[in-house]
Amino acid sequence: MTKYIIRRLIQTIPVLIGVTILVFSLMHLVPGDPAQIVAGEGASEQTVENIRERLGLNESIPVQYGRFLGNAVQGDLGSSVRSGRPVMDEIGSRFWVTVELAFYSTIVAVFLGLIAGIVSAVRHYTLADTSIMIVALFGLSMPNFWFGLLLIQWFAIGNWMPESLEFLKMRPSGWGDSWRQIILPVLTLGTGGAAIIARMTRSSMLEVIGQDYIRTARAKGVSERIVTYRHALKNALIPVVTVVGLEFGGFLGGAVLTETIFAINGMGRLTIDAIRTRDFPVVQGTVLVISVIFVLVNLLVDISYRLLNKRIDLN
Amino acid sequence: MSEETVNPPVTAQKINPRIESYKQFWRRLLKNKAAVIGGLLIVFVVLMAFIGPWIITTFTDYRPNQTDLTNKLQGPSASNWFGTDSFGRDIFTRLIFGAKLTLYVGFLSVFIGGIIGVIFGIISGYYGGRVDAVIMRLMDVLLAFPGILLALAIVAVLGGSLTNVIIAVGIFSVPAFARVVRGSTLSVRKLEYVDAVRALGASDFRIIFKHILPNIMSPIIVQASLRIATAILTGAGLSFLGLGAQPPAPEWGAMLNEGRQYMFEAGHVALFPGLMIVLVVLAFNIFGDGVRDALDPKMKNR
Amino acid sequence: MSIQGTEDIILEVKNLQTIFKTDTGDVRAVDGVSFKLPKGKTIGIVGESGSGKSITSLSILQLLASNGKITNGEVFYKGDDLLKLTENQMRKLRGNEISMIFQEPMTSLNPVYTVGQQISEALMLHQNMSKKDAFIRSVELLQLVGIPSPDKRVKNYPFELSGGMRQRVMIAMSLACDPEILVADEPTTALDVTIQAQILELIKELQDRLGMSVIFITHDLGVVAETCDYVAVMYAGQVVEYSDIRTLFHQPKLPYTIGLLKSLPRHDIEQDKLEPIKGNVPSPHEMPVGCRFSPRCPAATDLCRTKMPQLETDENGNQVRCWIYTDEWTGEAEVDIYGETRIAKSGGAKTVLPD
Repeated sequence: MTKYIIRRLIQTIPVLIGVTILVFSLMHLVPGDPAQIVAGEGASEQTVENIRERLGLNESIPVQYGRFLGNAVQGDLGSSVRSGRPVMDEIGSRFWVTVELAFYSTIVAVFLGLIAGIVSAVRHYTLADTSIMIVALFGLSMPNFWFGLLLIQWFAIGNWMPESLEFLKMRPSGWGDSWRQIILPVLTLGTGGAAIIARMTRSSMLEVIGQDYIRTARAKGVSERIVTYRHALKNALIPVVTVVGLEFGGFLGGAVLTETIFAINGMGRLTIDAIRTRDFPVVQGTVLVISVIFVLVNLLVDISYRLLNKRIDLN
Repeated sequence: MSEETVNPPVTAQKINPRIESYKQFWRRLLKNKAAVIGGLLIVFVVLMAFIGPWIITTFTDYRPNQTDLTNKLQGPSASNWFGTDSFGRDIFTRLIFGAKLTLYVGFLSVFIGGIIGVIFGIISGYYGGRVDAVIMRLMDVLLAFPGILLALAIVAVLGGSLTNVIIAVGIFSVPAFARVVRGSTLSVRKLEYVDAVRALGASDFRIIFKHILPNIMSPIIVQASLRIATAILTGAGLSFLGLGAQPPAPEWGAMLNEGRQYMFEAGHVALFPGLMIVLVVLAFNIFGDGVRDALDPKMKNR
Repeated sequence: MSIQGTEDIILEVKNLQTIFKTDTGDVRAVDGVSFKLPKGKTIGIVGESGSGKSITSLSILQLLASNGKITNGEVFYKGDDLLKLTENQMRKLRGNEISMIFQEPMTSLNPVYTVGQQISEALMLHQNMSKKDAFIRSVELLQLVGIPSPDKRVKNYPFELSGGMRQRVMIAMSLACDPEILVADEPTTALDVTIQAQILELIKELQDRLGMSVIFITHDLGVVAETCDYVAVMYAGQVVEYSDIRTLFHQPKLPYTIGLLKSLPRHDIEQDKLEPIKGNVPSPHEMPVGCRFSPRCPAATDLCRTKMPQLETDENGNQVRCWIYTDEWTGEAEVDIYGETRIAKSGGAKTVLPD
């Protein structure tokens, strides 16, 4: 197992390097002169030159990348062109806002998805199953930013939980202190994710229920309930684990949308604002941070998958 | 009486399994309700996108960008089925005209991503070794940007426009295709008949195009269908963020974004574009599910 | 050797019928199967793949897949018709009084639980043992089935064991509660030949020691010869011949049985070649109207092809489903046995194929 973890860690390194190369090239792939773009149209020759100097754009690309990587490893992602503050400071507390949002959404998605998927599998081909699967298909096909808007609308019109709508007044203060503020965005993201997990759980359960060892359990005289929850579920959950990391990542990336509609001051909104103002160092910073978290979470998921699924160990 | 199976000698007569499966493919597809319903829905949406605008311009006076400030933010009525937006434009007309844009994003981006992904996947699966390792690591890097983020970063660099959204979403779709195709190529390559045609001296190029590609069409079709659904959602998301189609284009995501500001006084402005997106994405998802069930009976629920 | 008489019958299957619902209509997988299992004895159920022998065993324990349904028949065990029991009552029998081992040891054990956990489960369930006692008993059982260092193996996961070892674990599991009847569904088919012999030996030895009755499902007449007291030959969902082992091997009656025996390699006589039975088992959708073997039978007459024969019992309790052994059959048939042509002459139940 330790061997596996080490091997997996080593495998992650080239991916992380690839990510930094890609993020680094963002600035250089922009059509035109990056310094000019950063400076904005109509900036004086001198300003452009200063920016070029400050961003080190005069040096060769490999040197620039080397410095970018070196700084990034030490937690220095450069400075915002607009505010002049270090990108790390800009991200600051917004980091946790986004990670928390993704985390709670994942929990909701897993919780709802598993229940729905198991019910669906256990009662397959019944009305319950069909209804759950139709709802899940809709969940999968719905733009979650639209669903979020609908939720806001319903809750506002129904005048239900008015406090939860306070954040609509665009307070740029992250979560504030009210847990209620997190409910709608988490519901928005979580239900979409639940749809995926429900479908996956169902098909995984149905596949497991057809396995020989389930028949063995039945031949032992075990009750259907124990067959389902002790013998089938544990096996069925193994492949589902792999989606959890992807979901978490999807929520991190989806934060750009969710945080926009719910006016949450996290990394997603920071990214969007930076894109609008062409503040590329900030865009690079947030994209890099989000991707690195995602890679690390997937690493964790992979390792726990191995722990759960001991059979792979042999190969 | 235990049966002993002796491997038959490898001959050129080993049948390419695709030949029989075309008929079977259609039969199974037509037997699958989900695939048929999804397929019909897609046909409906395509007709709506390409004939709808012509019908409207020919037979009515509605135009997608015709403003009427005296009649803005009106709810659904007999003259404006889906109501009007903040410029008094008819939402129904705009949605019909915008369908094309949504389908462009879906089809073109998946086409671009599919072609690149399939090429990568086949090379990776067929040649294996170092090429495989490099390509797959590259795909891992692309997959390291979760969800919409990769497309977002690309659009951020290229600038906001529908064309750039198509390119970005296309690149975003590459790894999914590459992985699926690589897996399928690996399993087809192991089949005996591929050995047989290789033994006959067929070139790699010929083997790939004549023998491998036709046999991995099913997973590609499934992937494409499901991927179009994702692509449409992603594209709409980017336009919603103001990074895609620019006003006054009647792109659905952009319309949603406009409607968002009037959420409380005129909910319908954001409601209908969203419903349209759901309809189209649903069509591709249902179709993709159905095709997968039809093509892979093993996966079909017992 | 007689089936009737002094022996206790522990299990009697009467006219069992099982159907499967499929996309292309109902399939009668088991169509009127009857046999008796005397206490402490072994009955072999033999047939080609698709003859319904596995479905018969699953039907007895009511472990059919969800699209399978028993439509008719009785299964008497200790005086009760198992098919009339509730699911709860049936569950108390499964793994306790009647247990089963399966063909695929590689996939029949749950991959996420240790061997010990899986054996203990039945003990805790049926015998109310504590976890600790069940664990100790599991180790004993593993020892009983000949697994070396059972105290270590008990903590292993199935993937850590070879196929033969897994089948031993399956056997240990099925024996956990001292069952009256063990149903063994092709327990050696998936194993290497040397391991096959070991497992067969083990089952026989345990049967002698524990006094179980065994239903042995197999397609292999060689295995039957080694392990069984009685044999029911199945063809296309029906029992077509039922007799004690000596009679079956020495005086097989049914042309089908004769064909099976002919395709079996023998060491006691000289054979030029093994003769396979020509043709294939009929598809369940196109069952012949008459005798189901008639399309392949070298002795088939018009009667055979148009009317289904019944299972007739002779004075020894042996049974055969064949027109040749009835009064209605007239004529002569040449039946080829080990290269010799024998003539079956009509003589009702007394018809013999001369030796």
